[in-house]
Amino acid sequence: MNKKIVGIIGGIVVIAAGIALYTSANNKSSDSKSSTTSSSKVTGKVLSLGSTALQPLAEQVASSFQDKNPGVTVTVQGGGSGAGLSQVSDGSAQIGNSDVFAEEKEGVDASKLVDHKVAVVGIAPVVNSDVQISSLTKTQLRDIFTGKITNWKDVGGKDEKIVVINRATGSGTRAVFEKNILDGQNAVQATEQDSNGTVQKIVKTTPGAISYLAFAYLDSDGIKALNLSDVHPNKSNVEDNSWPIWAYEHMYTKGNPTGATKAFLQYFTTKEVQKTIVPKLGYIGLTDMKVTRDSSGKVTDK
Amino acid sequence: MDNITKKLMQRSESTRKDTFGRVVSLTALILIGVVVVAIFAFVLSRGLSTFFKDGVNVKDFLFGTTWNPSVTNPATKQPYVGALPMIIGSFLVTFLAAIVATPFAIGTALFMTEIAQKRGAKIMQPIIELLVGIPSVVYGFIGLTVVVPFIRTITSGSGFGILSGTIVLFVMILPTITSMTVDTLKSVPRYYRESALAIGATRWQMIYKVILRAATPGIMTAIVFGMARAFGEALAVQMVIGNAALMPTGLTTPASTLTSVLTMGIGNTVMGSLQNDVLWTLAMILLLMSLVFNLIVRAIGRRGAMK
Repeated sequence: MNKKIVGIIGGIVVIAAGIALYTSANNKSSDSKSSTTSSSKVTGKVLSLGSTALQPLAEQVASSFQDKNPGVTVTVQGGGSGAGLSQVSDGSAQIGNSDVFAEEKEGVDASKLVDHKVAVVGIAPVVNSDVQISSLTKTQLRDIFTGKITNWKDVGGKDEKIVVINRATGSGTRAVFEKNILDGQNAVQATEQDSNGTVQKIVKTTPGAISYLAFAYLDSDGIKALNLSDVHPNKSNVEDNSWPIWAYEHMYTKGNPTGATKAFLQYFTTKEVQKTIVPKLGYIGLTDMKVTRDSSGKVTDK
Repeated sequence: MDNITKKLMQRSESTRKDTFGRVVSLTALILIGVVVVAIFAFVLSRGLSTFFKDGVNVKDFLFGTTWNPSVTNPATKQPYVGALPMIIGSFLVTFLAAIVATPFAIGTALFMTEIAQKRGAKIMQPIIELLVGIPSVVYGFIGLTVVVPFIRTITSGSGFGILSGTIVLFVMILPTITSMTVDTLKSVPRYYRESALAIGATRWQMIYKVILRAATPGIMTAIVFGMARAFGEALAVQMVIGNAALMPTGLTTPASTLTSVLTMGIGNTVMGSLQNDVLWTLAMILLLMSLVFNLIVRAIGRRGAMK
């Protein structure tokens, strides 16, 4: 009797394992099937997930969109730009949020995805407020982040060790910063943190620390945003590209959006949203931008 | 007569209940079994694809010292995926935390069971239980706001590093080791103590020569459990260790652990890419290590039982 039970359990476990493997291998096909059937009316459900930098904005816009369209449920989740792009590619989310162009992310078939730019985010280098420097050149900044300069006295400050704090490899903010500042060189291996909030806290408490933050996080005691060759990091300098470190926030869909997803994306780019919610949360509205930039980094006047 | 035959032939109420109970517990067992097998299958299939699909050399992965999966080494045409810094980091914080925590845990447990039983039960027991229940993010936050600045003021570095991680983990695993040691000490038979005292041993001699010796397997199990917890802890360690994938050169330079690299990277990578696969391989190492910890515990239990 006992042996029989053990045998049954063993058999079931083996079968279940087989099923688990089979379904995980077939995930892609089944997921994409289910997504094509959803969101064909104005009512429906939209799942928007990915970039944590875009998350607070997307949540605000989603809630005001749902007030106007009670038939639609928009769910916003974090998870990171990589998760956003991969889940929208395999169809498990309607919208994938990303800080970077899909073309720049390895492992994503960008040709299948449609880009919807929804906002612009500016990024500025920040230092602990004990650092007596207010401006750096791009070359100095690059030498600091590649480890060539390790003491503040080499860039005109006091004799103090530079503590570099990076964002995690693959983070959208880091990708934007490195693309604009490092010119293809590799950053020095240094302390890495996984969110704007933690970076802000650590720069604030660590003497000699340098890192970079989205504009929304600059307004805080104990940290100081640096000028880049005497250009001040602010909204109007980003709008005409005199401040170079900025990026679009993207919402990717698989193919052209339909139904509720389409309505939501259209609502996101209306003047109403771009002029109110977007600047309120520290992002820059698309309508205010005087230039555009493509995935290869080429900037053109609007 | 007929009635009795009928009763004997039919399944009784108790048999039905018995069957019902067996079905319920069997279902629960199968469900758990399926979950465990599914987790193993998933992590292994993802983790091994680093070696089979992406063609990374196992030796390069385990013993390489440069971790930067998004950058390709121009010499070998392979990305830098040396996981040794994280493996070393994980083991260092785990062993150091266990080494620091064990004496405190044994001391506390002895106080609670042998020296001041009443106060131990009244005051220490609730405190230990409270410590077990504190979420790890709280430990991490305290580590970030108290431990890291403290280390920074007494050493020259940034305060992030193995030492801060050790201190935070020490506090986290202390209650685990303590409460398990208390249980072990309590299970030492009363006549061991009585015989020791009867042949003229002092209380210290009794504790040192008899009780601790008898409880050694149990205490070892407690330490291994504490280490398993330390090895798998992600959030609290990630907040204080600095997360720099460098070979640790000192206790106060930023380092990283398997878990901290895993939690930081997983959302930023795309499923199926090499950058994602190597993270699954790190998860596989973690899973195998927890298996090893479990085997050690069982081996200790078996050896202890033979005595």
